[in-house]
Amino acid sequence: MKKEILDIINYNSRISNKDIAAMTNSSEEEVAAEIKQMEDNKVICGYSTLINWDNTDCEKVTALIEIKVTPQRDMGFNKVAERIYKFEEVESVYLMSGAYDLTVIIEGKSMKEVSRFVTEKLSTLEYVTSTATYFVLKKYKEHGVIMTDENRDTERMLITP
Amino acid sequence: MRNPLSSKVTPIKPSGIRKFFDIVSEMDDAISLGVGEPDFDTPWHIREEGIYSLERGKTFYTSNSGLKELKEEVCAYLSRRFNLEYDFRNEVFITVGGSEAIDLALRSMLDEGDEVLLPQPSYVSYEPCITLADGVPVIIELQEKDEFKLTKEQLLEAITPKTKILIMPFPNNPTGAIMTREELKDIAEVCVEKDLYVISDEIYSELTYSGNHVSIASLPGMRERTIVINGFSKSYAMTGWRLGYACGPEVIIEQMLKIHQFAIMCAPTTSQYAAVEALKNGDADVEKMRIAYNQRRNYLMKEFKDMGLDCFEPFGAFYVFPSIKKFGMTSDEFATRLLKQEKLAVVPGTAFGDCGEGFLRISYAYSMDDLKKALQCLRHFIETITEKDA
Repeated sequence: MKKEILDIINYNSRISNKDIAAMTNSSEEEVAAEIKQMEDNKVICGYSTLINWDNTDCEKVTALIEIKVTPQRDMGFNKVAERIYKFEEVESVYLMSGAYDLTVIIEGKSMKEVSRFVTEKLSTLEYVTSTATYFVLKKYKEHGVIMTDENRDTERMLITP
Repeated sequence: MRNPLSSKVTPIKPSGIRKFFDIVSEMDDAISLGVGEPDFDTPWHIREEGIYSLERGKTFYTSNSGLKELKEEVCAYLSRRFNLEYDFRNEVFITVGGSEAIDLALRSMLDEGDEVLLPQPSYVSYEPCITLADGVPVIIELQEKDEFKLTKEQLLEAITPKTKILIMPFPNNPTGAIMTREELKDIAEVCVEKDLYVISDEIYSELTYSGNHVSIASLPGMRERTIVINGFSKSYAMTGWRLGYACGPEVIIEQMLKIHQFAIMCAPTTSQYAAVEALKNGDADVEKMRIAYNQRRNYLMKEFKDMGLDCFEPFGAFYVFPSIKKFGMTSDEFATRLLKQEKLAVVPGTAFGDCGEGFLRISYAYSMDDLKKALQCLRHFIETITEKDA
């Protein structure tokens, strides 16, 4: 039940409890209770909207930054990650296996703004040994949704046996 | 000039779906729940394999019976999913959709005057194909009270000394009915006792919502008298690839393959390569689609209940078959008015046999958004007609 609800709202968090109940053959109350429980247990951590900013007038720049750090005794990478994820500019922080340690995704209004953040805030942090910044040129697909203006007109006939 | 036409072909009525198709095509803003094919795109890894086969220049005929690799995969699949054991060398071959297999099975097995038991409502091609193969269709009218399953009593009643074949169209288009192992056992016993052959069209076998599909060929005494027809259209959303297969006893398959060899040569090569990938790595896709269909099915059943539309709960395919008897209209009238007033297209039950009168076929091979919009129209329509009557 929980898994099925998650699979449904994963791609449409605006769907009503009533519809979820109908789809899963359960009651609205049951669905509401399950969702509440998952919110309380931090299984569901929030609800966000998938926006293609390229189709708006707003300027947005996204950058992916690879960071190498020196892990701290007793605290490993967590403490360093915390110092980074607390910045409002930071969208996501992941601990990585491989050649570097943290991936940080940053959204800003302009390249300048992002650059300033990286040079002034990130690279100057104690324990950060190096950074490599990559600006996103175009988002083709995000969270399973194709963002390009791919023509999705279905060519299915309207009536078939 | 002589009449250019065959007296066998001209009396065959065009499909009842045609009329609605023509009206709908004229309207530019109609919405439809009238489609008999999945709304999903073929999963990309399957399409990609088709593309790759073209890049490698796999553009020649395959052997008449199909790629060896594909036949092996089909047999492995039938074994793991439905406990059916066939030899890929001589008990299976690849066809142009399930439709070709239906036609070939009938043509290979019927002599003039042989009777074929055809449960209806069912898919539109069986009856004309029987006629074209010189057989005599004997319709068994399935009942809503039996949830549109074939019963032993109905079967026994329809059998005559001339009966040769029983068509088993389950999971069923248009009713969504399925048959359980126990129910199939009753039917199988009669088939063995009365020495009937069975053509089991299992094209919707992956789309069942109350447990795994059971093939009648897996029951005792049935393998040697059953042609199992299946394909890729519904389970892997591959309708346009036109790919199916038939399995059965070598004596019958051999003759079917003979007609296939002369009439078709072989199924499309690109599709066959893509299908190998579907069978090898497509289980998760099937599961995902089945879950989505089931959610929509639950949603429709709930909505129908709310709007006062009677419907038995179907557990297969992607159709529901609600009854409109209480509105005092024929299926055709209801569907025509629904289309004209609300611009919503559904298929009248009568397109699938006379006993479909009083029912509509509603497909849920649509996104939840599309279903929601369409159901609003349906709800509104029911409100208007019941108000007027009140």
